[in-house]
Amino acid sequence: MTAKISYADVEVGTELPAQTFPATRATLVQYAGASGDFNPIHWNERFAKEVGLPDVIAHGMFTMAEAIRVVTDWAGDPGAVVEYGVRFTRPVVVPDDDKGAVIEVSGKVAAKLDDNTVRVDLVATSAGQKVLGASRAVVRLA
Amino acid sequence: MALDQSFVGRTYPPTEPYEVGREKIREFAEAVGDANPAYTDTEAARALGHPDVIAPPTFVFAITFKAAGQVVADPQLGLDYSRVVHGDQKFAYNRPVRAGDRLTVTSTIETIRTMAGNDILDIRGEVHDQDGEHVVTAWTKLVARAAEEA
Repeated sequence: MTAKISYADVEVGTELPAQTFPATRATLVQYAGASGDFNPIHWNERFAKEVGLPDVIAHGMFTMAEAIRVVTDWAGDPGAVVEYGVRFTRPVVVPDDDKGAVIEVSGKVAAKLDDNTVRVDLVATSAGQKVLGASRAVVRLA
Repeated sequence: MALDQSFVGRTYPPTEPYEVGREKIREFAEAVGDANPAYTDTEAARALGHPDVIAPPTFVFAITFKAAGQVVADPQLGLDYSRVVHGDQKFAYNRPVRAGDRLTVTSTIETIRTMAGNDILDIRGEVHDQDGEHVVTAWTKLVARAAEEA
C-alpha cells in the first residue's frame, strides 16, 4: 500500500481538501443497482412519505461511500484505509428535481497514531445539517 | 418487545463464498462517482502494491449486510425488520477487498439493548477469503424503532 501523503508531512489539525458530492434520484437508482439495496425509501416518494419521511432519502451507505472519498483522494491509495466508521444521524433528503441534494464533506487530521497511521475526523452535511456523526477513518500514510 | 438477551454471542454459520468480480467493483465505483484508477485499472492497482484491482472501502457492506440477514430473519430472534433503521456502521480492514476474492462472512450478535422501547442490535461480520485469511470486520448497528401505540 502506497499512500502519496507522508506521515511526516501532516500534523494534528491538517485539513484535507473538502469536496461536494451531488445526489439526484438517478444517482440513488444507480447506487441501488450497484449495491443491491432496493429499499423503496430510496426511490419511491409515495412509500417514503407513507413511512414518515419527508421525501426520498439517500442510502446511508451511499453517504458513507462519498465521505471516505475525501480520505482516499487525499491518500491516493484507497487500500491505505485501516478503519472507517460512521453514525447515521440524519437522512439526506433528495428532491425530485434536476439538482437533487448535495453532500458536503470536510476532514481534518485529529490524531497521529502508531505505524504511520493518522485518524481523520470527517464532517458531512447536506442542506446545512450534519448527516453523519462520529465519522472517523484511520489511514496509513507513507 | 424486548429481544431475548440469550442471543448475545450467538454466531451464525459462515455464508457461501461471494466471488468479487472486477466488473461489479467497476459498477460500484461508477455508482458512487469515484474515478480512482485502483478500482478499474489493474496496472494502477499494481503500482500501489495490490495484486489486482481493489474495491472501494464500503463495497463489502453489500456482502456483510446480506450475511446479517441471517440474523435479522431469524424467526427465533423475532426482530421486526419493517421497523429497522441502520444506526452505525464501522469497518476494520486487514487488507482491501480485491477482484477474485471469494469471501465468506461469519456473523455474530455482539449486543442487544433496549432503549426507550427501541431494540438495538450490534452485529459483527468477520470476512475471510478463500485461504482463510481475515480481510475485514464489519460492525453494523441496527435499531428497530418502538412500535407505535395502537
